[in-house]
Amino acid sequence: MQDKNDIINKKSFSLKNINFSSFTSTLLAILLGLIFGFFVMLFAMPANALAGLRLIAFGGFSRLGDVLYYATPILMTGLSVGFAFKMGLFNIGASGQYTMGMFFAMYAGFMWTLPRGVHWIAAILFGMVGGMLWGFIPGFFKAILNVNEVITSIMFNYIGMYLVDMWIRSSSVMYNSTMTRTNYLPQSVQIPALGIKGSNVNFGIVLAILIGILLYIVLQKTTFGYELKATGYNKHAAEYAGMKGKRNIILTMMIAGALSGLGGAFAILAPSGIPGSSITYEPINIIAANGFNGIAVALLGNSHPIGIIFSALFISHLQRGGTLSSLVGYKPEIVDVVIAIIIYFSAFAMIVNAAIGNFIKKRIKKTHTNIIEDLIEEQDLTDASNNNQKEAE
Amino acid sequence: MEKYIIEMINITKVFPGIVANDNITLRLKKGEIHALLGENGAGKSTLMSVLFGLYQPDGGEIRKNGQVVKINNPNDANDLGIGMVHQHFKLVEIFTVLENIILGVEPSKMGFIQKKEAREKVLKLSEKYGLKIDPDARIEDITVGMQQRVEILKMLYRDNEILIFDEPTAVLTPQEINELLKIMRGFANEGKSILFITHKLNEIMAVADRCTVLRKGKLIGTVDVKDTTKEELSRMMVGRDVSFKVDKKDAELGDVVLSVRNLSVPSKIHKKDAVRNVSFDVRRGEIVCIAGIDGNGQTELVSAITGLEKASGGSIYLNGNDITKASIRKRSVEGISHIPEDRHKHGLVLDYKLEENLVLQRYWQPDFQNKGFIKFDAVRKYANKLIDKFDIRSGQGPITITRSMSGGNQQKAIIAREIDKKHDLLVAVQPTRGLDIGAIEYVHKQLVEARDTGAAVLLVSLELDEVMNVSDRILVMYEGEIVGELDPKKTNVQELGLYMSGAKRDLVKEINDAG
Repeated sequence: MQDKNDIINKKSFSLKNINFSSFTSTLLAILLGLIFGFFVMLFAMPANALAGLRLIAFGGFSRLGDVLYYATPILMTGLSVGFAFKMGLFNIGASGQYTMGMFFAMYAGFMWTLPRGVHWIAAILFGMVGGMLWGFIPGFFKAILNVNEVITSIMFNYIGMYLVDMWIRSSSVMYNSTMTRTNYLPQSVQIPALGIKGSNVNFGIVLAILIGILLYIVLQKTTFGYELKATGYNKHAAEYAGMKGKRNIILTMMIAGALSGLGGAFAILAPSGIPGSSITYEPINIIAANGFNGIAVALLGNSHPIGIIFSALFISHLQRGGTLSSLVGYKPEIVDVVIAIIIYFSAFAMIVNAAIGNFIKKRIKKTHTNIIEDLIEEQDLTDASNNNQKEAE
Repeated sequence: MEKYIIEMINITKVFPGIVANDNITLRLKKGEIHALLGENGAGKSTLMSVLFGLYQPDGGEIRKNGQVVKINNPNDANDLGIGMVHQHFKLVEIFTVLENIILGVEPSKMGFIQKKEAREKVLKLSEKYGLKIDPDARIEDITVGMQQRVEILKMLYRDNEILIFDEPTAVLTPQEINELLKIMRGFANEGKSILFITHKLNEIMAVADRCTVLRKGKLIGTVDVKDTTKEELSRMMVGRDVSFKVDKKDAELGDVVLSVRNLSVPSKIHKKDAVRNVSFDVRRGEIVCIAGIDGNGQTELVSAITGLEKASGGSIYLNGNDITKASIRKRSVEGISHIPEDRHKHGLVLDYKLEENLVLQRYWQPDFQNKGFIKFDAVRKYANKLIDKFDIRSGQGPITITRSMSGGNQQKAIIAREIDKKHDLLVAVQPTRGLDIGAIEYVHKQLVEARDTGAAVLLVSLELDEVMNVSDRILVMYEGEIVGELDPKKTNVQELGLYMSGAKRDLVKEINDAG
């Protein structure tokens, strides 16, 4: 029986392998997003629309270092949201976890004295712990008391942000009240730069991509990933199979929090282009946008870790291009509109794409149907002869 | 030449990897009950979905009264007078019976619904055909049988003359089934034409005029029911002779494997316990069947034994060890295999590949993982072994997405997984629900084989035939208590029915005293 199925598969492979999957639909979404963005720009300032579109679409290539630099935090928050989503959890609290991770990393940077080469690693790890803690709490409430993680994690965005701003302002070591921002971090805690001229890009992006690949391996190859996806697809079956659902919910939210926390750490520990200075943080009671951008990144990457690596780079690329479009008089916000449209279409395009896919498949199928029919007939005959044999025995 | 109201001529429908309908012709006469018979996955539902406009055929045509018609969606079907009672009812739970019946065709004046008019028409129909309903009751409050009558009234209200019944008796009690068959006969006498999808041969023999048999997407033939026999029909359906009796030797009793003492389990619906003070034993080498009408505590009893729910009192022992508070995983390791009642909800991760589902209970064992990494080679090998051994059929073998498999083969996958796992106790809850004769025979054979290889089998069943044929001992549950213990060789369906309906419950004291 098995062999016969295999034969059918092999012979009709070309029909099955035409997979109009999330990848093509994402490409379609990007295309439609850019076209709509063009119309928006045409409406705002017709004369420069073409130049503006060119800058948005291709401008990022001239600023590769910056693209990588700005991709780092949203890649991490994207992985955070996507990873939790694989288990059916909507981690909308990436912002809070990101802010906490940033604060913990900063704390380690200011308060600990460690040799260079150890200090920045310790700070990154401490930032991860901060994010993990902020992921743990919603996970714990979800697992033990069945409180919706969306509500808890939204609230913890605010709690985290206000707490961090309060702590920073109350510390004279961290806070520079005349500049209303944090002081420069010591050099020993800054992540080594990759040395691309005119850009802050640093070793963080390398770590972020490695973490993305690591997550892919965890999801695809390990028993933990197997349990996690099973729970995401069908939590009743996971329970039936004896998987520890509550433990896995808490663990998943902790890992998601850790990823966002790392994002915060990578962001704040980045060296600045100006020697002696570093990236700073202004405690002005604003929720970190990088957390919400992570949701967009995860959606565009279809919650797949490798997909998220590319979607983070792509969105960062567009954002750089958007900044550049101010050269021809556009406000950088125009690119946020384009990104929003792309995200919107990536949901919508699945449907359009399926329709196009069906159309093409139908044309091909006509030639294939005959082959399949022959095969199934063949299979029926052998089945019948098998049965006869059995009866004879 | 005879007059046909509906003709489906040379219908072909292809899905990726499978031809669901291969050149099938079905002709429906006016005023007849035409049964459509076939195993799961034979293409019955696909064919009816084509007729109802849910699928577009890849080849062939549909004619009504000799005219070619095109049915693009269910609305077109409705306009042609075709109505369908789906296997899973499509009713709005929080609406009343009347609101559901008129849904979509509400009589209205200036935007206001004219309920009075509708109510009169519904009541008239209900009286005429003997379809007893309460028009003001909410769907969520009424029995499954009454919900089905609502679905039927929906078709009548729309003046449909071609009625499709998709496995309508699967959810009904024996009395309700008789009632329904009588009503269907009434429709046919009125001149309405009925397509009756089923795999229950008794019902076809009782009510149908003609019968079309499909097998593996192909048309096997159309026969007059009065000229055929049950055996003939089942041979056409399965392609070989099927035994209706389960072959098994007498039980050879071994040690007690499962021992339940004074067990109580809380109900999710009401405040009273769903299982009350239940005690019984299951020994190696016997099949003990829990019989009863659905909703008398069987589900909760099994949930407590397998660990899905917590008991509120009493204890459960497996091989002499107290497992009342053990985790599901621990019970599974200690030797409980569980074929769950709802295979989609509990039994399978439908979006996983077949091979991933086949190791759902074992992926963590050293055979299939090393330091937390799944050994996919071993999984593939094991899956192929089970697929061969249990004859699980699917489009792409071990990498088939389980959702795309037929119900019977999904159940085979669960059975393969649970039986191949080392077990002392096999708990099977309605393992043949929704399966066709061939698959039912297969499941029964597997249960008997599990018993003969020394396992204790606890079977929960609502089907009286199954209870009488498969089990070595019957425990009847009524309102959460065990009200009788019967020997299938010494009892009959009538007596069993009396216990199930609560009319007879004299044994209850003795059993509890013995426990």
